[in-house]
Amino acid sequence: MDYTDFLANIAILVLSGFIGFAVISKVPNTLHTPLMSGTNAIHGIVVLGALTVLGTAHNPSIPLQIISFVAIVFGTVNVIGGFVVTDRMLAMFKTRPAASTDGKN
Amino acid sequence: MDILVYALYIVAFAMFIIGLSGLTAPRSAVRGNKIAAAGMGVAFIATLIHIRDTGSWLVIIAALVVGVIVGIPPARKVKMTAVPQLVALFNGVGGGTVALIAWGEFLESDGFTGLRVASGPVLPLVIASLFAAIIGSLSFWGSIVAFLKLQQILPGHPLSVGRLQQPLNAILFLGSVVAAVVVGIGSTTTGAALVWFVAILILAGILGVMTVLPIGGADMPVVISLLNALTGLSAAAAGLALNNIAMIVAGMLVGASGTILTNLMAKAMNRSIPSIVAGGFGGRSQGNAATSNGDQVAKSTSAADAAIKLAYANQVIVVPGYGLAVAQAQHAVKDMAKVLEARGIEVKYAIHPVAGRMPGHMNVLLAEADVSYDAMKEMDDINGEFSRTDVTIVIGANDVTNPAARTDPNSPIFGMPVLNVDQSRAVIVLKRSMSSGFAGIENPLFFGANTTMLFGDAKKSVAQVTEELKAL
Repeated sequence: MDYTDFLANIAILVLSGFIGFAVISKVPNTLHTPLMSGTNAIHGIVVLGALTVLGTAHNPSIPLQIISFVAIVFGTVNVIGGFVVTDRMLAMFKTRPAASTDGKN
Repeated sequence: MDILVYALYIVAFAMFIIGLSGLTAPRSAVRGNKIAAAGMGVAFIATLIHIRDTGSWLVIIAALVVGVIVGIPPARKVKMTAVPQLVALFNGVGGGTVALIAWGEFLESDGFTGLRVASGPVLPLVIASLFAAIIGSLSFWGSIVAFLKLQQILPGHPLSVGRLQQPLNAILFLGSVVAAVVVGIGSTTTGAALVWFVAILILAGILGVMTVLPIGGADMPVVISLLNALTGLSAAAAGLALNNIAMIVAGMLVGASGTILTNLMAKAMNRSIPSIVAGGFGGRSQGNAATSNGDQVAKSTSAADAAIKLAYANQVIVVPGYGLAVAQAQHAVKDMAKVLEARGIEVKYAIHPVAGRMPGHMNVLLAEADVSYDAMKEMDDINGEFSRTDVTIVIGANDVTNPAARTDPNSPIFGMPVLNVDQSRAVIVLKRSMSSGFAGIENPLFFGANTTMLFGDAKKSVAQVTEELKAL
Protein backbone atom coordinates (compact mmCIF):
# COMPACT_ATOMS: atom_id res chain seq x y z
CA MET A 1 0.00 0.00 0.00
CA ASP A 2 1.41 3.39 -0.96
CA TYR A 3 0.33 6.96 -0.29
CA THR A 4 -2.03 7.04 -3.29
CA ASP A 5 -3.99 4.09 -1.89
CA PHE A 6 -4.05 5.67 1.52
CA LEU A 7 -5.34 8.99 0.19
CA ALA A 8 -7.97 7.16 -1.87
CA ASN A 9 -9.12 5.53 1.36
CA ILE A 10 -9.26 8.92 3.06
CA ALA A 11 -11.37 10.20 0.16
CA ILE A 12 -13.77 7.27 0.63
CA LEU A 13 -13.87 8.01 4.36
CA VAL A 14 -14.78 11.66 3.86
CA LEU A 15 -17.38 10.98 1.17
CA SER A 16 -19.07 8.22 3.17
CA GLY A 17 -19.28 10.60 6.13
CA PHE A 18 -21.23 13.05 3.99
CA ILE A 19 -23.46 10.30 2.60
CA GLY A 20 -24.14 9.12 6.13
CA PHE A 21 -25.22 12.61 7.19
CA ALA A 22 -27.43 13.04 4.12
CA VAL A 23 -29.19 9.68 4.45
CA ILE A 24 -29.59 9.55 8.21
CA SER A 25 -30.88 13.13 8.55
CA LYS A 26 -34.05 11.88 6.87
CA VAL A 27 -34.79 9.15 9.43
CA PRO A 28 -37.86 10.14 11.50
CA ASN A 29 -37.70 10.32 15.32
CA THR A 30 -40.00 7.31 15.57
CA LEU A 31 -37.36 5.04 14.06
CA HIS A 32 -34.40 6.31 16.04
CA THR A 33 -34.11 3.24 18.27
CA PRO A 34 -34.09 0.82 15.29
CA LEU A 35 -31.70 3.20 13.54
CA MET A 36 -29.30 3.07 16.42
CA SER A 37 -29.49 -0.68 16.80
CA GLY A 38 -29.29 -1.15 13.00
CA THR A 39 -26.21 1.05 12.62
CA ASN A 40 -24.82 -0.73 15.65
CA ALA A 41 -25.17 -4.02 13.76
CA ILE A 42 -23.46 -2.50 10.71
CA HIS A 43 -20.67 -1.46 13.02
CA GLY A 44 -20.26 -5.18 13.69
CA ILE A 45 -18.36 -5.24 10.39
CA VAL A 46 -15.31 -4.96 12.63
CA VAL A 47 -15.55 -8.74 12.89
CA LEU A 48 -14.11 -8.76 9.38
CA GLY A 49 -11.13 -6.79 10.65
CA ALA A 50 -10.56 -9.40 13.33
CA LEU A 51 -10.80 -12.18 10.72
CA THR A 52 -8.32 -10.34 8.49
CA VAL A 53 -5.76 -9.82 11.25
CA LEU A 54 -5.81 -13.48 12.24
CA GLY A 55 -6.29 -14.82 8.73
CA THR A 56 -3.34 -12.97 7.19
CA ALA A 57 -0.93 -13.65 10.06
CA HIS A 58 1.84 -16.11 9.29
CA ASN A 59 2.16 -18.62 12.11
CA PRO A 60 0.05 -16.60 14.57
CA SER A 61 1.39 -16.71 18.12
CA ILE A 62 -0.78 -18.03 20.94
CA PRO A 63 -1.48 -14.51 22.35
CA LEU A 64 -2.54 -13.32 18.89
CA GLN A 65 -4.82 -16.35 18.52
CA ILE A 66 -6.43 -15.68 21.90
CA ILE A 67 -6.93 -11.97 21.20
CA SER A 68 -8.35 -12.71 17.75
CA PHE A 69 -10.65 -15.39 19.13
CA VAL A 70 -12.17 -12.96 21.63
CA ALA A 71 -12.34 -10.23 18.97
CA ILE A 72 -14.21 -12.50 16.53
CA VAL A 73 -16.63 -13.63 19.26
CA PHE A 74 -17.34 -10.00 20.26
CA GLY A 75 -17.74 -8.88 16.65
CA THR A 76 -20.06 -11.77 15.79
CA VAL A 77 -22.25 -11.05 18.83
CA ASN A 78 -22.40 -7.40 17.73
CA VAL A 79 -23.39 -8.10 14.14
CA ILE A 80 -25.78 -11.05 14.58
CA GLY A 81 -27.45 -9.78 17.73
CA GLY A 82 -27.76 -6.28 16.27
CA PHE A 83 -29.52 -7.34 13.09
CA VAL A 84 -31.83 -9.79 14.89
CA VAL A 85 -33.03 -7.29 17.51
CA THR A 86 -33.46 -4.56 14.87
CA ASP A 87 -35.54 -6.89 12.72
CA ARG A 88 -37.75 -7.73 15.71
CA MET A 89 -38.29 -4.06 16.51
CA LEU A 90 -39.05 -2.99 12.97
CA ALA A 91 -41.60 -5.75 12.51
CA MET A 92 -43.67 -4.10 15.26
CA PHE A 93 -44.12 -0.79 13.47
CA LYS A 94 -47.42 -0.69 11.66
CA THR A 95 -48.88 2.25 9.82
CA ARG A 96 -52.50 1.27 10.27
CA PRO A 97 -54.20 0.15 13.49
CA ALA A 98 -53.82 -3.61 13.58
CA ALA A 99 -56.72 -5.98 13.92
CA SER A 100 -57.78 -7.06 17.39
CA THR A 101 -54.90 -8.32 19.49
CA ASP A 102 -56.80 -9.26 22.61
CA GLY A 103 -55.11 -11.46 25.12
CA LYS A 104 -51.70 -10.16 24.20
CA ASN A 105 -51.11 -8.93 27.70
CA MET B 1 -8.82 -12.69 -6.51
CA ASP B 2 -8.01 -9.48 -4.69
CA ILE B 3 -10.00 -7.58 -7.31
CA LEU B 4 -12.97 -9.83 -6.58
CA VAL B 5 -12.63 -9.14 -2.84
CA TYR B 6 -12.47 -5.40 -3.45
CA ALA B 7 -15.48 -5.51 -5.80
CA LEU B 8 -17.52 -7.46 -3.24
CA TYR B 9 -16.66 -4.85 -0.59
CA ILE B 10 -18.05 -2.16 -2.91
CA VAL B 11 -21.25 -4.16 -3.36
CA ALA B 12 -21.45 -4.57 0.42
CA PHE B 13 -21.15 -0.90 1.31
CA ALA B 14 -23.62 0.05 -1.41
CA MET B 15 -26.08 -2.34 0.27
CA PHE B 16 -25.43 -0.70 3.66
CA ILE B 17 -26.33 2.70 2.22
CA ILE B 18 -29.45 1.35 0.46
CA GLY B 19 -30.45 -0.44 3.66
CA LEU B 20 -30.09 2.68 5.79
CA SER B 21 -32.10 4.68 3.25
CA GLY B 22 -34.91 2.20 3.90
CA LEU B 23 -35.03 3.34 7.53
CA THR B 24 -36.46 6.69 6.47
CA ALA B 25 -40.00 5.21 6.61
CA PRO B 26 -41.50 2.43 8.74
CA ARG B 27 -42.93 0.73 5.66
CA SER B 28 -39.53 0.18 4.01
CA ALA B 29 -37.53 -0.23 7.21
CA VAL B 30 -37.80 -4.01 7.65
CA ARG B 31 -36.57 -4.53 4.11
CA GLY B 32 -33.82 -1.95 4.61
CA ASN B 33 -32.50 -3.81 7.64
CA LYS B 34 -32.53 -7.09 5.69
CA ILE B 35 -30.62 -5.47 2.79
CA ALA B 36 -28.00 -4.18 5.21
CA ALA B 37 -27.74 -7.65 6.78
CA ALA B 38 -27.33 -9.20 3.32
CA GLY B 39 -24.61 -6.63 2.59
CA MET B 40 -22.87 -7.83 5.72
CA GLY B 41 -23.08 -11.38 4.36
CA VAL B 42 -21.43 -10.25 1.11
CA ALA B 43 -18.63 -8.50 3.01
CA PHE B 44 -18.18 -11.61 5.17
CA ILE B 45 -17.80 -13.86 2.12
CA ALA B 46 -15.34 -11.38 0.59
CA THR B 47 -13.24 -11.54 3.75
CA LEU B 48 -13.27 -15.34 3.76
CA ILE B 49 -12.00 -15.28 0.16
CA HIS B 50 -9.33 -12.81 1.20
CA ILE B 51 -8.02 -15.02 4.01
CA ARG B 52 -8.60 -18.34 2.18
CA ASP B 53 -4.96 -19.50 2.67
CA THR B 54 -4.98 -19.13 6.43
CA GLY B 55 -4.08 -21.99 8.73
CA SER B 56 -6.30 -20.69 11.53
CA TRP B 57 -9.68 -22.07 10.40
CA LEU B 58 -10.19 -23.96 13.63
CA VAL B 59 -9.93 -20.83 15.78
CA ILE B 60 -12.00 -18.78 13.32
CA ILE B 61 -14.86 -21.27 13.05
CA ALA B 62 -14.92 -21.88 16.81
CA ALA B 63 -15.08 -18.12 17.46
CA LEU B 64 -17.86 -17.58 14.91
CA VAL B 65 -19.92 -20.42 16.39
CA VAL B 66 -19.49 -19.10 19.93
CA GLY B 67 -20.43 -15.58 18.75
CA VAL B 68 -23.64 -16.80 17.10
CA ILE B 69 -24.61 -18.91 20.10
CA VAL B 70 -23.99 -16.04 22.53
CA GLY B 71 -25.47 -13.28 20.34
CA ILE B 72 -28.81 -14.61 19.15
CA PRO B 73 -30.71 -15.58 22.34
CA PRO B 74 -30.60 -12.15 24.06
CA ALA B 75 -31.53 -10.45 20.77
CA ARG B 76 -34.56 -12.69 20.35
CA LYS B 77 -35.73 -12.67 23.96
CA VAL B 78 -35.03 -9.14 25.19
CA LYS B 79 -38.08 -7.22 26.37
CA MET B 80 -38.64 -4.02 24.43
CA THR B 81 -38.32 -2.09 27.68
CA ALA B 82 -34.76 -3.42 28.01
CA VAL B 83 -33.62 -2.57 24.50
CA PRO B 84 -31.44 0.39 25.59
CA GLN B 85 -29.17 -1.79 27.73
CA LEU B 86 -28.93 -4.46 25.03
CA VAL B 87 -27.94 -1.85 22.44
CA ALA B 88 -25.37 -0.47 24.89
CA LEU B 89 -23.98 -3.97 25.39
CA PHE B 90 -23.78 -4.75 21.65
CA ASN B 91 -22.18 -1.37 21.08
CA GLY B 92 -19.65 -2.16 23.79
CA VAL B 93 -18.57 -5.53 22.40
CA GLY B 94 -18.16 -3.85 18.99
CA GLY B 95 -15.84 -1.28 20.54
CA GLY B 96 -14.02 -4.11 22.30
CA THR B 97 -13.48 -5.83 18.96
CA VAL B 98 -11.84 -2.67 17.57
CA ALA B 99 -9.47 -2.39 20.55
CA LEU B 100 -8.56 -6.08 20.24
CA ILE B 101 -7.95 -5.73 16.47
CA ALA B 102 -5.50 -2.92 17.18
CA TRP B 103 -3.81 -5.11 19.78
CA GLY B 104 -3.66 -8.01 17.32
CA GLU B 105 -2.13 -5.80 14.65
CA PHE B 106 0.38 -4.55 17.16
CA LEU B 107 1.45 -8.11 17.99
CA GLU B 108 1.41 -9.30 14.39
CA SER B 109 3.58 -6.43 13.15
CA ASP B 110 6.02 -6.83 16.06
CA GLY B 111 4.98 -3.61 17.76
CA PHE B 112 4.32 -1.93 14.40
CA THR B 113 8.03 -2.39 13.53
CA GLY B 114 6.97 -4.82 10.80
CA LEU B 115 5.25 -1.90 9.07
CA ARG B 116 8.30 0.31 9.39
CA VAL B 117 10.47 -1.48 6.84
CA ALA B 118 7.84 -1.04 4.17
CA SER B 119 7.80 2.16 2.21
CA GLY B 120 4.47 3.95 2.30
CA PRO B 121 2.19 5.72 4.73
CA VAL B 122 3.53 4.01 7.85
CA LEU B 123 2.90 6.83 10.29
CA PRO B 124 -0.76 7.47 9.29
CA LEU B 125 -1.47 3.74 9.55
CA VAL B 126 0.11 3.52 12.99
CA ILE B 127 -1.85 6.59 14.08
CA ALA B 128 -5.09 5.06 12.80
CA SER B 129 -4.38 1.85 14.74
CA LEU B 130 -3.58 3.74 17.94
CA PHE B 131 -6.71 5.90 17.55
CA ALA B 132 -8.73 2.70 17.15
CA ALA B 133 -7.10 1.29 20.29
CA ILE B 134 -7.94 4.35 22.42
CA ILE B 135 -11.50 4.89 21.19
CA GLY B 136 -12.27 1.18 21.04
CA SER B 137 -11.24 0.59 24.64
CA LEU B 138 -12.96 3.78 25.82
CA SER B 139 -16.27 2.84 24.20
CA PHE B 140 -16.05 -0.78 25.35
CA TRP B 141 -15.73 0.13 29.03
CA GLY B 142 -18.02 3.15 28.75
CA SER B 143 -20.75 1.01 27.16
CA ILE B 144 -20.34 -1.68 29.83
CA VAL B 145 -20.93 0.94 32.54
CA ALA B 146 -23.93 2.31 30.59
CA PHE B 147 -25.27 -1.27 30.39
CA LEU B 148 -24.78 -1.84 34.12
CA LYS B 149 -26.56 1.43 34.93
CA LEU B 150 -29.49 0.77 32.60
CA GLN B 151 -29.79 -2.79 33.92
CA GLN B 152 -29.78 -1.22 37.41
CA ILE B 153 -26.84 -3.31 38.53
CA LEU B 154 -25.15 0.03 39.16
CA PRO B 155 -27.28 2.87 40.55
CA GLY B 156 -28.80 5.10 37.88
CA HIS B 157 -27.98 8.36 39.62
CA PRO B 158 -24.67 10.14 38.92
CA LEU B 159 -21.61 8.68 40.67
CA SER B 160 -18.57 10.91 40.66
CA VAL B 161 -15.52 11.85 42.63
CA GLY B 162 -16.67 15.45 42.71
CA ARG B 163 -14.52 18.34 41.66
CA LEU B 164 -11.56 16.08 40.86
CA GLN B 165 -13.53 14.34 38.12
CA GLN B 166 -12.61 16.57 35.20
CA PRO B 167 -8.88 16.94 36.00
CA LEU B 168 -8.74 13.17 36.54
CA ASN B 169 -10.37 12.51 33.16
CA ALA B 170 -7.98 14.96 31.50
CA ILE B 171 -5.00 13.15 33.04
CA LEU B 172 -6.33 9.77 31.89
CA PHE B 173 -6.84 11.10 28.38
CA LEU B 174 -3.40 12.72 28.20
CA GLY B 175 -1.85 9.57 29.66
CA SER B 176 -3.36 7.35 26.98
CA VAL B 177 -2.24 9.78 24.26
CA VAL B 178 1.31 9.90 25.67
CA ALA B 179 1.44 6.10 25.79
CA ALA B 180 0.21 6.05 22.18
CA VAL B 181 2.95 8.47 21.13
CA VAL B 182 5.59 6.32 22.83
CA VAL B 183 4.32 3.26 20.97
CA GLY B 184 3.97 5.23 17.74
CA ILE B 185 7.53 6.58 17.77
CA GLY B 186 8.72 3.05 18.36
CA SER B 187 11.97 3.99 20.10
CA THR B 188 11.54 1.34 22.80
CA THR B 189 12.18 -2.37 22.60
CA THR B 190 9.33 -4.68 21.58
CA GLY B 191 8.83 -5.86 25.17
CA ALA B 192 8.59 -2.34 26.57
CA ALA B 193 6.33 -1.28 23.70
CA LEU B 194 3.88 -4.02 24.65
CA VAL B 195 3.71 -2.63 28.19
CA TRP B 196 3.01 0.82 26.78
CA PHE B 197 0.39 -0.55 24.42
CA VAL B 198 -1.46 -2.31 27.23
CA ALA B 199 -1.21 0.96 29.16
CA ILE B 200 -3.09 2.69 26.32
CA LEU B 201 -5.91 0.17 26.57
CA ILE B 202 -6.07 0.38 30.38
CA LEU B 203 -5.95 4.20 30.60
CA ALA B 204 -8.55 4.62 27.84
CA GLY B 205 -10.70 1.98 29.54
CA ILE B 206 -10.60 3.75 32.91
CA LEU B 207 -11.41 6.99 31.09
CA GLY B 208 -14.49 5.32 29.57
CA VAL B 209 -15.65 4.13 33.01
CA MET B 210 -14.98 7.52 34.61
CA THR B 211 -16.82 9.37 31.86
CA VAL B 212 -20.04 7.36 32.02
CA LEU B 213 -20.27 6.81 35.82
CA PRO B 214 -21.14 10.45 36.63
CA ILE B 215 -23.91 10.61 34.03
CA GLY B 216 -27.47 10.38 35.34
CA GLY B 217 -30.23 8.16 33.95
CA ALA B 218 -32.08 11.00 32.21
CA ASP B 219 -28.95 11.86 30.22
CA MET B 220 -28.55 8.28 28.98
CA PRO B 221 -30.00 8.93 25.49
CA VAL B 222 -27.12 11.34 24.83
CA VAL B 223 -24.48 8.98 26.20
CA ILE B 224 -25.68 5.97 24.23
CA SER B 225 -25.73 8.06 21.04
CA LEU B 226 -22.25 9.38 21.74
CA LEU B 227 -20.82 5.91 22.40
CA ASN B 228 -22.49 4.76 19.17
CA ALA B 229 -20.75 7.56 17.25
CA LEU B 230 -17.39 6.76 18.83
CA THR B 231 -17.47 3.05 18.01
CA GLY B 232 -18.35 3.99 14.43
CA LEU B 233 -15.35 6.28 14.12
CA SER B 234 -13.08 3.67 15.70
CA ALA B 235 -14.28 1.11 13.14
CA ALA B 236 -13.49 3.55 10.31
CA ALA B 237 -9.99 4.07 11.76
CA ALA B 238 -9.45 0.31 11.99
CA GLY B 239 -10.62 0.08 8.37
CA LEU B 240 -8.00 2.61 7.33
CA ALA B 241 -5.29 0.68 9.14
CA LEU B 242 -6.36 -2.59 7.52
CA ASN B 243 -6.98 -1.05 4.06
CA ASN B 244 -10.57 -2.36 4.16
CA ILE B 245 -13.00 -0.03 2.35
CA ALA B 246 -16.14 -1.79 3.60
CA MET B 247 -15.05 -1.11 7.17
CA ILE B 248 -14.24 2.50 6.36
CA VAL B 249 -17.65 3.20 4.83
CA ALA B 250 -19.61 1.25 7.44
CA GLY B 251 -17.72 2.94 10.26
CA MET B 252 -18.36 6.40 8.87
CA LEU B 253 -22.08 5.68 8.35
CA VAL B 254 -22.37 4.66 11.98
CA GLY B 255 -20.27 7.63 13.06
CA ALA B 256 -22.54 9.99 11.14
CA SER B 257 -25.67 8.39 12.58
CA GLY B 258 -24.37 8.55 16.13
CA THR B 259 -23.28 12.16 15.70
CA ILE B 260 -26.68 13.23 14.35
CA LEU B 261 -28.49 11.47 17.19
CA THR B 262 -26.15 12.92 19.82
CA ASN B 263 -26.80 16.43 18.53
CA LEU B 264 -30.57 15.89 18.39
CA MET B 265 -30.64 14.57 21.96
CA ALA B 266 -28.49 17.39 23.30
CA LYS B 267 -30.67 19.95 21.53
CA ALA B 268 -33.82 18.37 22.95
CA MET B 269 -32.34 18.88 26.42
CA ASN B 270 -31.03 22.35 25.65
CA ARG B 271 -27.58 21.30 26.85
CA SER B 272 -24.21 21.12 25.20
CA ILE B 273 -22.55 17.74 24.73
CA PRO B 274 -19.48 18.76 26.81
CA SER B 275 -21.69 19.80 29.74
CA ILE B 276 -23.46 16.41 29.69
CA VAL B 277 -20.19 14.47 29.45
CA ALA B 278 -18.79 16.60 32.27
CA GLY B 279 -21.50 15.26 34.59
CA GLY B 280 -25.26 14.96 35.04
CA PHE B 281 -27.71 17.08 36.97
CA GLY B 282 -26.24 15.58 40.13
CA GLY B 283 -25.81 17.89 43.10
CA ARG B 284 -28.80 20.01 42.14
CA SER B 285 -31.91 20.16 44.33
CA GLN B 286 -32.46 16.58 45.43
CA GLY B 287 -35.64 14.50 45.82
CA ASN B 288 -38.46 16.65 47.11
CA ALA B 289 -40.92 14.17 48.58
CA ALA B 290 -43.58 16.59 49.81
CA THR B 291 -47.05 16.70 48.29
CA SER B 292 -47.18 20.46 48.70
CA ASN B 293 -45.22 23.27 47.15
CA GLY B 294 -45.49 26.22 49.49
CA ASP B 295 -49.22 26.96 49.66
CA GLN B 296 -49.89 24.77 46.63
CA VAL B 297 -51.13 21.24 47.12
CA ALA B 298 -51.19 18.49 44.55
CA LYS B 299 -54.72 17.09 44.16
CA SER B 300 -54.98 13.35 44.14
CA THR B 301 -57.72 11.59 42.22
CA SER B 302 -59.21 8.12 41.82
CA ALA B 303 -59.42 5.81 38.83
CA ALA B 304 -63.19 6.32 38.74
CA ASP B 305 -62.91 10.12 38.56
CA ALA B 306 -60.21 9.87 35.92
CA ALA B 307 -62.40 7.54 33.87
CA ILE B 308 -65.32 9.98 34.00
CA LYS B 309 -63.11 12.82 32.80
CA LEU B 310 -61.81 10.70 29.95
CA ALA B 311 -65.23 9.42 28.95
CA TYR B 312 -66.51 12.93 28.22
CA ALA B 313 -63.46 14.10 26.26
CA ASN B 314 -63.26 14.58 22.52
CA GLN B 315 -59.52 14.24 22.29
CA VAL B 316 -57.06 12.58 24.68
CA ILE B 317 -53.29 12.85 24.47
CA VAL B 318 -51.06 10.28 26.17
CA VAL B 319 -47.59 11.45 27.21
CA PRO B 320 -45.38 8.43 27.88
CA GLY B 321 -42.09 8.56 29.78
CA TYR B 322 -39.52 6.22 31.27
CA GLY B 323 -42.02 5.31 34.02
CA LEU B 324 -44.16 3.62 31.37
CA ALA B 325 -41.20 1.44 30.43
CA VAL B 326 -40.42 0.61 34.07
CA ALA B 327 -44.03 -0.39 34.74
CA GLN B 328 -44.28 -2.28 31.39
CA ALA B 329 -47.55 -0.40 30.92
CA GLN B 330 -47.58 -0.15 27.12
CA HIS B 331 -50.15 -2.91 26.55
CA ALA B 332 -52.39 -1.57 29.33
CA VAL B 333 -52.26 1.87 27.68
CA LYS B 334 -53.22 0.40 24.33
CA ASP B 335 -56.16 -1.42 25.96
CA MET B 336 -57.35 1.85 27.48
CA ALA B 337 -56.98 3.61 24.15
CA LYS B 338 -59.11 0.92 22.48
CA VAL B 339 -61.94 1.50 24.96
CA LEU B 340 -61.69 5.26 24.44
CA GLU B 341 -61.62 4.93 20.66
CA ALA B 342 -64.68 2.68 20.81
CA ARG B 343 -66.47 5.67 22.42
CA GLY B 344 -65.42 7.86 19.49
CA ILE B 345 -62.64 9.65 21.39
CA GLU B 346 -59.48 10.41 19.46
CA VAL B 347 -56.30 9.23 21.20
CA LYS B 348 -52.85 10.55 20.27
CA TYR B 349 -49.42 9.99 21.76
CA ALA B 350 -47.03 12.90 22.33
CA ILE B 351 -43.43 11.74 22.38
CA HIS B 352 -40.59 13.95 23.55
CA PRO B 353 -37.26 13.20 21.82
CA VAL B 354 -35.53 12.33 25.10
CA ALA B 355 -38.39 10.40 26.73
CA GLY B 356 -37.01 7.06 27.89
CA ARG B 357 -33.43 5.91 27.89
CA MET B 358 -32.49 6.07 24.22
CA PRO B 359 -33.65 7.95 21.12
CA GLY B 360 -37.04 6.63 19.99
CA HIS B 361 -37.41 4.33 23.03
CA MET B 362 -41.11 5.17 23.60
CA ASN B 363 -42.00 4.66 19.94
CA VAL B 364 -40.68 1.10 20.03
CA LEU B 365 -42.64 0.30 23.21
CA LEU B 366 -45.88 1.68 21.78
CA ALA B 367 -45.27 -0.09 18.48
CA GLU B 368 -44.88 -3.32 20.45
CA ALA B 369 -48.35 -2.72 21.90
CA ASP B 370 -49.74 -2.28 18.37
CA VAL B 371 -50.19 1.46 18.60
CA SER B 372 -50.43 2.83 15.07
CA TYR B 373 -47.39 4.65 13.82
CA ASP B 374 -49.61 7.55 12.69
CA ALA B 375 -50.87 8.16 16.23
CA MET B 376 -47.34 8.79 17.59
CA LYS B 377 -46.68 12.52 17.31
CA GLU B 378 -43.39 14.33 17.57
CA MET B 379 -43.11 17.25 19.97
CA ASP B 380 -43.21 20.03 17.39
CA ASP B 381 -46.21 18.51 15.62
CA ILE B 382 -48.37 18.14 18.71
CA ASN B 383 -47.40 21.06 20.95
CA GLY B 384 -50.01 23.31 19.32
CA GLU B 385 -52.73 20.77 20.04
CA PHE B 386 -52.62 20.66 23.83
CA SER B 387 -54.71 23.81 24.19
CA ARG B 388 -57.45 22.09 22.15
CA THR B 389 -57.20 18.85 24.12
CA ASP B 390 -59.68 17.91 26.84
CA VAL B 391 -57.56 15.46 28.81
CA THR B 392 -53.84 14.76 28.74
CA ILE B 393 -52.59 11.67 30.58
CA VAL B 394 -48.95 11.81 31.64
CA ILE B 395 -47.63 8.30 32.29
CA GLY B 396 -44.29 8.14 34.02
CA ALA B 397 -42.95 11.29 32.35
CA ASN B 398 -41.74 14.24 34.38
CA ASP B 399 -39.06 16.66 33.24
CA VAL B 400 -40.21 16.64 29.60
CA THR B 401 -43.57 18.06 30.74
CA ASN B 402 -42.19 20.68 33.14
CA PRO B 403 -43.64 24.11 32.30
CA ALA B 404 -40.86 25.76 34.34
CA ALA B 405 -38.61 25.11 31.33
CA ARG B 406 -40.71 27.75 29.52
CA THR B 407 -41.53 30.15 32.32
CA ASP B 408 -38.97 30.07 35.12
CA PRO B 409 -35.51 31.44 34.22
CA ASN B 410 -34.19 30.07 37.54
CA SER B 411 -35.11 26.49 36.70
CA PRO B 412 -32.13 24.26 35.89
CA ILE B 413 -33.92 23.10 32.75
CA PHE B 414 -35.03 26.58 31.63
CA GLY B 415 -34.93 26.75 27.83
CA MET B 416 -35.29 23.01 27.29
CA PRO B 417 -38.06 22.33 24.75
CA VAL B 418 -40.95 20.62 26.60
CA LEU B 419 -44.39 19.27 25.80
CA ASN B 420 -46.95 21.97 26.64
CA VAL B 421 -49.04 19.57 28.70
CA ASP B 422 -50.10 22.31 31.13
CA GLN B 423 -52.10 24.02 28.38
CA SER B 424 -54.65 21.23 28.04
CA ARG B 425 -58.01 21.58 29.80
CA ALA B 426 -57.33 18.75 32.23
CA VAL B 427 -54.16 16.84 33.07
CA ILE B 428 -54.03 13.48 34.81
CA VAL B 429 -50.56 12.54 36.01
CA LEU B 430 -49.88 8.87 36.73
CA LYS B 431 -47.00 8.59 39.15
CA ARG B 432 -45.77 6.22 41.80
CA SER B 433 -45.21 8.96 44.38
CA MET B 434 -44.45 12.66 44.62
CA SER B 435 -40.70 12.14 44.37
CA SER B 436 -39.11 14.28 41.73
CA GLY B 437 -37.78 12.93 38.45
CA PHE B 438 -34.29 11.69 37.72
CA ALA B 439 -33.11 15.25 37.28
CA GLY B 440 -34.34 16.07 40.80
CA ILE B 441 -36.22 19.14 39.63
CA GLU B 442 -39.59 20.17 40.99
CA ASN B 443 -42.40 20.14 38.44
CA PRO B 444 -45.04 22.92 38.83
CA LEU B 445 -47.29 20.95 36.47
CA PHE B 446 -48.24 18.69 39.40
CA PHE B 447 -49.61 21.68 41.34
CA GLY B 448 -51.53 23.19 38.41
CA ALA B 449 -55.21 24.08 38.87
CA ASN B 450 -56.24 21.68 36.11
CA THR B 451 -53.93 18.83 37.21
CA THR B 452 -54.91 15.79 39.23
CA MET B 453 -52.55 13.04 40.35
CA LEU B 454 -53.35 9.34 40.15
CA PHE B 455 -50.80 7.67 42.43
CA GLY B 456 -49.72 4.05 42.03
CA ASP B 457 -48.07 1.64 39.63
CA ALA B 458 -48.72 2.94 36.11
CA LYS B 459 -49.80 -0.42 34.71
CA LYS B 460 -52.27 -1.07 37.54
CA SER B 461 -53.61 2.49 37.43
CA VAL B 462 -54.22 2.37 33.70
CA ALA B 463 -55.90 -1.03 34.01
CA GLN B 464 -58.19 0.31 36.76
CA VAL B 465 -59.13 3.33 34.65
CA THR B 466 -59.91 0.98 31.76
CA GLU B 467 -62.20 -1.12 34.00
CA GLU B 468 -63.99 2.01 35.20
CA LEU B 469 -64.39 3.17 31.61
CA LYS B 470 -65.91 -0.16 30.60
CA ALA B 471 -68.33 0.06 33.55
CA LEU B 472 -69.57 3.52 32.57
